[in-house]
Amino acid sequence: MSKAHDVLFTTLADPTRRTIFERLCREGEQTVGALTARAGVSQPAVSKHLGVLKRAGLVRDRHEGRQTHYSAQLGALAPLIDWTSQMAGFWQSRFDHLEDLLKRMDQ
Amino acid sequence: MTNTATETRSVIVEREIPHPPEKIWRALTQPHLIEEWLMKNDFKPVVGHRFDLRADWGSVDCQVLAVEPNKTLSYTWAAYGLESVVTWTLTPTSTGTHLRMEQSGFRPDQQQAYQGAKYGWQQFFGNLEQVLAQID
Repeated sequence: MSKAHDVLFTTLADPTRRTIFERLCREGEQTVGALTARAGVSQPAVSKHLGVLKRAGLVRDRHEGRQTHYSAQLGALAPLIDWTSQMAGFWQSRFDHLEDLLKRMDQ
Repeated sequence: MTNTATETRSVIVEREIPHPPEKIWRALTQPHLIEEWLMKNDFKPVVGHRFDLRADWGSVDCQVLAVEPNKTLSYTWAAYGLESVVTWTLTPTSTGTHLRMEQSGFRPDQQQAYQGAKYGWQQFFGNLEQVLAQID
């Protein structure tokens, strides 16, 4: 497994960190405060997790006044997602179903 | 692996099927038959028609791009954060039909591909957790 994979897996192996990242994916850009309100851990802990996510390239920060907004960088996950192999398996099984159906159909 | 955002990739599945193209065409284009081998749907073999493929795990948004009866069928396929095009090609052979399916699409790091794909990401995280569990 490549070093890039290692970093991504290590970073996302922590459940709290994964929850933070997932929330940013689903809900878009948020401040540390907004994330802390629902994270169940302290603000310093959330900031620390965001730092790790940032170093892995999984989040980006944007400063606006005194607030820092964080957003997910889904592109960083690209090395983990090989849709072609998933879909190849999907279509092979669908071809099987299709052939079964054709056997049952009238000409 | 390159990081070109617009890089396309394809999945191709081909089979020799001992049935005539006309029969396979019915299975590919009639909703009650599509449901039996693929998913529930509101497909119509009309260019521009938008339809959904529906399964327990979610749905696929599609739009018909090309219809050439008994020869070619093509539609867009948007699901799991993936924007792609599925093209079926039927070629008659002496024993039946050579059936070819090509799904070509963009990598999921393309901006438009993952916008609004929340369900897909939930699925992805489920898969990721399984992978992580195996590593442990």
